[in-house]
Amino acid sequence: MKTIKVLGSGCKKCQQTAENIQQIADEMGQEITLEKVTDTAEIMGYGVMSTPGVVVEEKVLHAGGVPDKEKIKSMLSQ
Amino acid sequence: MFELFTLLANVVTYDILQLAPSSGLAKSVHFFVEDTSKIFFLLSVIIFVMGLFRSLLAPEKVRLYLEGKPKGLTYFLAVILGAVTPFCSCSSVPLFIGFIEAGIPIGATMAFLIASPMINEVAVVILGTIIGWELTAVYVGTGLLVGILGGWACDVFKMERFVEDYVWKIRTGQIVMPAYDNSLKGRMTFAWGEVKEIVGRIWLYVFIGIAVGAGLHGFVPTTFFADYAGPDNLFAVPLAVLAGIPLYSNATGVIPVAEALLGKGVPIGTVLVLMMSVVAISIPEFVILRKVIRLQGLVYFASFLALAFICVGYLFNALQ
Repeated sequence: MKTIKVLGSGCKKCQQTAENIQQIADEMGQEITLEKVTDTAEIMGYGVMSTPGVVVEEKVLHAGGVPDKEKIKSMLSQ
Repeated sequence: MFELFTLLANVVTYDILQLAPSSGLAKSVHFFVEDTSKIFFLLSVIIFVMGLFRSLLAPEKVRLYLEGKPKGLTYFLAVILGAVTPFCSCSSVPLFIGFIEAGIPIGATMAFLIASPMINEVAVVILGTIIGWELTAVYVGTGLLVGILGGWACDVFKMERFVEDYVWKIRTGQIVMPAYDNSLKGRMTFAWGEVKEIVGRIWLYVFIGIAVGAGLHGFVPTTFFADYAGPDNLFAVPLAVLAGIPLYSNATGVIPVAEALLGKGVPIGTVLVLMMSVVAISIPEFVILRKVIRLQGLVYFASFLALAFICVGYLFNALQ
């Protein structure tokens, strides 16, 4: 089971990102724990200035916008 | 090309609604239709075009441009970068922490945060087409100058004393550069997303601004402002600045109000500082900044800006 964190202050794009990830994970039949990180200090701790960002298993794989479907798939299969 | 919007307003006001051209209502409706169509059109087009170039203007890039530069130079760079970088007050905090963490002086950081909401491509183009390029140049020049002075003052008065302790403890390590899809299709998708997001966020402010402008234009007699906000009234400038503190709008929303006030003969300095105060000193922005700067620091900061705006107002009214 993968732990995935969505970094963002709770803006619309961040929610969109989280929803998309959950949906694609469901489609792929992959179990994930999805966590939203909204604390700015913690987000900055990952080195992300442009949110939303996506962290998979403590590695930042994406920053600066809602990732598209292909990107989410490749992140989930890593 | 902008006659198109005047034409549209003519058709709506005089042909469809059949209003008598001299009536206050006709003036208001005409103003409202022309400004609504023109501003929302320009807003969408400019945001879209800027969206195509986002990778150049990402905050991560700005941080790199400012990092390690001599202090005196950083103020100038910061205000110019602030002016060209599209900005949402929701990114103030990550930006602030990111800059401080990179060792960029607090003065340059604050200069960036002052200039960014006041001056941007959208406001400049809309302002230029509505109140003329000469006044727009004055607005931009003044905004940059206040940003530079504000940044400098933050360093002189050691604003870093008021930065929350946790900010200094954050270690970001390597900043992650967003991976942008730089194909044309990717850029267009992003740009269109920006249009939807930004217009969705600010349309109400713009709408209210146009409505207020239209009301002033059609229903407030010129003599009212001549009596209360004319060049002879020394209190008009500080009152304009004070009025702008609780009022909040973004730079685009305040333009129609400025347009109507200028049309009523309110002096340029007074209008200019009302605009700047409404945009730059705002409670929502300060609530966000409160996360990184203590209240006392914010009060100093707001007072400095208010004072600077008052000086600017008197200066331009005297020069007029």
